[in-house]
Amino acid sequence: MNKIVNDFSITVGTKNGSGSSTANNTLLRSIFKMGIPISGKNLFPSNIQGLPTWYTIRVNKDGFIARRDHNDIVVALNPDSFARDLASVLPGGAFYYSDDIKQPITRTDVAIYPMPIRTIVRNDPNVPADFRDLVGNMVYVGVLAETIGIDLEKILVALSFHFKGKQKPIDMNFNAVKAGAEWAKANLEKKDPFRLEAMDKTDGLIMTDGNTAAAIGSIFGGVQFAGWYPITPASSLAEALIDYLPILRKREDEKNTYAIIQAEDELAALGMAVGAGWSGLRSMTSTSGPGLSLMTEFAGLAYYAEIPVVIWDVQRIGPSTGLPTRTSQGDLTFVYFIGHGDSHSIILLPGDVSECFDFGWQSFDLAERIQTPIFVLSDLDMGMNQWMSKPFEYPEKPMDRGKVLWEKDIEEIKGNWGRYLDKDGDGIPYRTIPGNKHPLSSYFTRGTGHDEHAKYTEESDKFLKNMDRLKRKNETAKQYVPAPISYPIEDATVGILAYGSTEAAVLEARYELDKDHGIKADFLRVRALPFTKEVDAFLAKYDQVFVVEMNRDGQMNQILKTEYPQYAVNFKSVAYGDGMPASAKWVREGILEKYEKATSNQRTAISKKTASKKAVGIAKKVAAKKVTKKVVAG
Amino acid sequence: MVEALPMAGAPTNINLAGLTKNDYRGNPSTLCQGCGHNSISNQIVTALYEMNIVPENVLKFSGIGCSSKSPTYFLNRTFGFNSLHGRMPSIATGGLFGDHSMRGISVSGDGDSASIGMGQFKHVMRRNVNMVYIVENNGVYGLTKGQFSATAERGLNLKKQGQNPYMPIDICMEALVSNATFIARSFAGNAKQVKELLKAALAHDGIAVLDIISPCVTFNNNEDAHHSYPWGKDNEHPIHEISYIAPRNEIMLDRELEAGESREVKLHDGSTIVLKNLENSYDPSNRYEALRVMEESQRNNWLVTGLLYLDTTRQNLTTQYNLVDTPLNRLTQADLRPERTAIDKVNALMF
Repeated sequence: MNKIVNDFSITVGTKNGSGSSTANNTLLRSIFKMGIPISGKNLFPSNIQGLPTWYTIRVNKDGFIARRDHNDIVVALNPDSFARDLASVLPGGAFYYSDDIKQPITRTDVAIYPMPIRTIVRNDPNVPADFRDLVGNMVYVGVLAETIGIDLEKILVALSFHFKGKQKPIDMNFNAVKAGAEWAKANLEKKDPFRLEAMDKTDGLIMTDGNTAAAIGSIFGGVQFAGWYPITPASSLAEALIDYLPILRKREDEKNTYAIIQAEDELAALGMAVGAGWSGLRSMTSTSGPGLSLMTEFAGLAYYAEIPVVIWDVQRIGPSTGLPTRTSQGDLTFVYFIGHGDSHSIILLPGDVSECFDFGWQSFDLAERIQTPIFVLSDLDMGMNQWMSKPFEYPEKPMDRGKVLWEKDIEEIKGNWGRYLDKDGDGIPYRTIPGNKHPLSSYFTRGTGHDEHAKYTEESDKFLKNMDRLKRKNETAKQYVPAPISYPIEDATVGILAYGSTEAAVLEARYELDKDHGIKADFLRVRALPFTKEVDAFLAKYDQVFVVEMNRDGQMNQILKTEYPQYAVNFKSVAYGDGMPASAKWVREGILEKYEKATSNQRTAISKKTASKKAVGIAKKVAAKKVTKKVVAG
Repeated sequence: MVEALPMAGAPTNINLAGLTKNDYRGNPSTLCQGCGHNSISNQIVTALYEMNIVPENVLKFSGIGCSSKSPTYFLNRTFGFNSLHGRMPSIATGGLFGDHSMRGISVSGDGDSASIGMGQFKHVMRRNVNMVYIVENNGVYGLTKGQFSATAERGLNLKKQGQNPYMPIDICMEALVSNATFIARSFAGNAKQVKELLKAALAHDGIAVLDIISPCVTFNNNEDAHHSYPWGKDNEHPIHEISYIAPRNEIMLDRELEAGESREVKLHDGSTIVLKNLENSYDPSNRYEALRVMEESQRNNWLVTGLLYLDTTRQNLTTQYNLVDTPLNRLTQADLRPERTAIDKVNALMF
């Protein structure tokens, strides 16, 4: 039989709340420790117990670890999703199931492996009756270990980590793994091609989730205050702050340099964070779409009153309550223009968990430097799933506390300052911080119209001047926000622009487009709004730029068209949002659907931009005609 | 200036902080002539001046509405934040973490607190945030020109709105059931009581709610309206005469106390409130009794004023957080960024 080594997907179907997450994490972690690139994604319902849930793993020797749309190996433990799970295996794949599920096996084109999970667990006298279901999950880990070749030693490492070294649960679970493996060795005949073989491609990497990384990054950024309200998928970010702050900011006097408050709602969560930012603290909140809707009024206030605060939006799919446990990039335009009246947000777009860490600390520097809310848009996939990652790197830049005047500064300038006075011409004023004891330090903060000295005003010229300065401040921000990451290839004829957690899917799709279709695409992963000069340069190079994102309306595409009207005809939106993490398949198919061969050929022949623009127009007309013809013929 | 402490022979209008009353004033009011809120602003100025509180040691907060404009009319030297409608409590909660030695003075209204801000009002009570929470209560929306507020009594007639069909919300009762630690009610027309209650509130360590009936002379001052001057004057039932006695203030201690009729209540800072009971002996530390008095006053259409409830046993919010002595907003990178070796430690904690 042909062997397929280190290149397949495994999906486990269970019931929510059945305790399978330990087993699934053990699979993920042990394969990771074998040095094989891997990703694991929990596809779970909004429910505590009972509904079907899946965990999908992708192993790939070349490092393409985006979610796969198809399943090579399926483990079925849930009678409710059994038929669907069986149908989802690709021909030639493998299907494992718990043999207490008595349902018809309708496939002959896949390898079928019934597993006597209940019997094996019942026969272990060391497993108490009420632990049987939990420990039973480890049996399939053992069966897979034997049939696909997971190193048992690595499984032990994973279990030791999971149970924080507590011997009793480690033993109980590992015995179930071994029992599963022994049973499989004695009773199963391997009928599928999928095998694992140890590599060295994960050496030096860590594995963690984006929310944990964001929290730890924020701690290295010196977070002092967080107001938050529980919401999936953001809760674990604030909870990680609560877990790690006592460890990382422990002091000899056992006093605290921070405060975390669970607020009564998201209005208050951001309200508290804005209050703390105003009073000079490195302050943040974390939420998801519905929470951000509530935070809108405070976001507007913080923008207009120029208060530093960091807002993490771990995106889930809307509108409204939407699918609370599914991922999305659907909040981009909402955040970019958040609030009534004219406003522009500064947005950071981390693409992986190490960037969640980096933006964790960098966002505070930006917020205090620019004196404005900094939004960091992560998503459920990045925030809640375990990702392999390079280790966190200590911030090499000292903290930037921005333009702050303390008592001695006010004394030096003899109190001659204005809270909203643009002294440096960069749009960023100086601020004082409550608690400053100088009698000339105070000012009155308000969301109403104000002049350069923070005095109430309704005068048109003063209002306009202030609004112009705020816009200028946004221009200044371009020199501070993180530059995009460029993935150039030689002889590229088109560009792909994407952001956030779609990176793995885009890189894989780009490889396939080149290999299977001869389309060579340059790839730019944008990491911030406003756009920086690197984005300008990238867009100037290509007649076709595919804008890939996980939403319905192509929100980044909308913003690009507004900010770069001169390139508007070049942008081709590849937008898709069904709540699932991006896969290479939809990126590739989305690009192929929009790809225009004529223009890329024309481009080499016609050097002048205007001429090539014309070509785009002609090509479009031709395409339109073809479509018309088709319709007529049909 | 702060450093100009009074010397022998200094003019008597300079207080122990070395400041004149002018140092406590704000901008001229832009509210209506005769508005109860202006009188309250004046009493805030006087109370702080008399208590020798340095303006730089307090923070002002407000929401949106006529009442919320008033922080501009006192304490020009104090940082202030005129925030969003009904959201002052959250801004103040976060704002007071910057420097936990600061005391908040917050002004809200009945629309701001009892309607749009009810949620935040209740939660700031249970958190015991370290601030005076003044509700300038007039039963009406002034800035939007005379709509009913949630504290307006049932049956109240207003020019454009007709008759109010709903039962009112009682600020003090809401504060009590939300576990506030200092609850008082007063009437803007009773300037002396307002001042004494303000002083006691300022000395309290934790949230101090002052529900001050403050008539709206433009939209709600008919003789029979519960938030009007005439009604307030006719129906006010003070449960005691109140005096605030500052710690170690010898002049104030000379004041005669009438034994038997008075009750002293000690505050955290060593100061004392003396309650001279007018009718029955009223114990403000008894939560059940406070509820009974409020219920009784509702049934009898009385405006019961005075210190309704006081609990000095609970820690304020920032104290509960066991913060370092240095104000958090004076901490630097050395205090806030874990040292370099911590990065290896934290990477080792990951899988």
